[in-house]
Amino acid sequence: MSLLELKDVSKIYGPLKALDKVSLTVEEGEWVAIMGPSGSGKSTMMNIISCLDTPTEGQVLLDGVDIAKENSKRLTEIRRDKIGLIFQQFHLVNYLTALENVMVAQYYHSMPDEAEAMEALEMVGLKDRAKHLPAQLSGGEQQRVCIARALTNHPEIMLADEPTGNLDEANENIVLDLFRQLHKAGTTLIVVTHDPEVADVAGRTIILEHGKIKKEVINSKEK
Amino acid sequence: MKKRTMFFRMITASLIRRRSRMFIALLAIAVGATILSGLTTIYYDVPRQMGEQFRNYGANMIFMASALNEEGLTSDILEQGLTQIPDSKIVGCAPYRYETVTINNQPVIVAGTDLQGVSKTSPYWFVDGEWPSSNGQILIGKQIAETLSCGIGDTLLMTYSEEAIENPEQPDEVPDRGLNADAVNIEFTITGILDTGGNEESYIFMSLEDISELTGEGPYDVCELSVSASSEELTGYVDNITSRDLGITPRLVKRVTQSETTVLTKLQSLVFLVTIVVLMLMMICVATTMMAVVTERRKEIGLRKALGASDRSIVVEFMGEGMMLGAVGGLIGSFMGFAFAQAVSVNVFNSTITLRPILVPITIVASVIVTGIACLIPVRRTTEVNPALVLKGE
Repeated sequence: MSLLELKDVSKIYGPLKALDKVSLTVEEGEWVAIMGPSGSGKSTMMNIISCLDTPTEGQVLLDGVDIAKENSKRLTEIRRDKIGLIFQQFHLVNYLTALENVMVAQYYHSMPDEAEAMEALEMVGLKDRAKHLPAQLSGGEQQRVCIARALTNHPEIMLADEPTGNLDEANENIVLDLFRQLHKAGTTLIVVTHDPEVADVAGRTIILEHGKIKKEVINSKEK
Repeated sequence: MKKRTMFFRMITASLIRRRSRMFIALLAIAVGATILSGLTTIYYDVPRQMGEQFRNYGANMIFMASALNEEGLTSDILEQGLTQIPDSKIVGCAPYRYETVTINNQPVIVAGTDLQGVSKTSPYWFVDGEWPSSNGQILIGKQIAETLSCGIGDTLLMTYSEEAIENPEQPDEVPDRGLNADAVNIEFTITGILDTGGNEESYIFMSLEDISELTGEGPYDVCELSVSASSEELTGYVDNITSRDLGITPRLVKRVTQSETTVLTKLQSLVFLVTIVVLMLMMICVATTMMAVVTERRKEIGLRKALGASDRSIVVEFMGEGMMLGAVGGLIGSFMGFAFAQAVSVNVFNSTITLRPILVPITIVASVIVTGIACLIPVRRTTEVNPALVLKGE
């Protein structure tokens, strides 16, 4: 059984079809990149996969459960238990330290554990910046805290929306290295990106256009 | 780490690290709590303060012998009556004996009383000269002093005899002082002239010992009491003494007690209304600030929801912040309120007040409740935040 399966998924906003009968399967441990121009439906697809939105039509099976039929409370539970989110704009709580930001995810998931949160920060190379507030961290460091927050609950699937969009090249490489490590460790990754270099690192690239899958590319080798 | 610890860590961090944002809300709560605490202190202290002021207008309770009491109002009976009123409530007590004596064959009324007690039950008496400080000294009413053409330092020979009182013209035939063998003649020195603007100006006042020496032992005619208590308490004392059948008929001096009750009720209503208005203003200010806070933190709310927070946890966190703010504001306000009440008391009533410790937790709880109510509408808006919309990328 696939970890994630989208079957004829559509999202319709009035006359606009943001997604038009999209079908997609993601296996456990796979690294998939989603590319496409603005308005192609990337964010809509991410929102549906991350249980932040529901499709107008179709089925979305996550670990065998059709999340398209679940109510908002259940979607919150699924998101909390199975999904790790990484945002382009980091979205850290500005009055909490890096460590506390990681612990917030633990707080909603189960029990906050300072040692585990510190381990997650150590994994992204920010142990010594744990007590710093987001304003005291660089963009790359903030994104790494965001990654630490996403991985601290060991999610089944990690969704990253333009994770390198706001980073310089050096920091982009650090983040991609982290993704490589996570992928190596068996984490399923779905990364939305505009950047072909980022997409190229993934095992498979899905190219969306006008709400439909235009092309699917199997990358010859993961770099 | 327990979830509760993390909860407090998050809301404390939000309040401390965003203090410039929360300062206005805290200020509003602290000012509101100050007024609440201060006015509550005044609300409860006004009866005491006003009671003390009203005691300047004379006695508010009178004891008389009951109709069935043949002995009259003796010291023992009076003592029993007084035990029904707490000592701390009795500001002054002045028992009176009235007798008619003659001075230069003119009948005059003398009142024997506890002169120290009178100075407390009738503090409005104006005495030109000195209050009697020892036996043999008297206060004389202004009116009678004019009639007798006497003044401070003069001596008056008073005569008491049943015969003289019954036929006051007869003593003309007995010009020499002390010639009537049944009469008691005692000379008294005037130490002060009494000016009250009332009936008292036609009496002569002396100590109880002096009147007993002059007219013999006898029960009191009346006892005036100045009691610092509310109208309800006074009525309670009257009912209690009446029901115990002690031989005393207690009565309230209605013109004093009713005026006191009216003024107190109006003052307390005013204080109550001002408190309600201030609390409403505080609520509006906190609600406005929290509304701005919620709007400002929409992304954070969206993020928390994206991380798996339920609407309920977001509401609890924001309510927690509001309530903690309320508690801190309430704590500050309870002490500021005491200082405010103290300043009002000193400037208006010219007396100090004591801190009521119970008001500290009451103010904190009231502030928390008011802040909680003020937060309800803003916090409800957190549930409307859609994480997919607020977290949308560029």
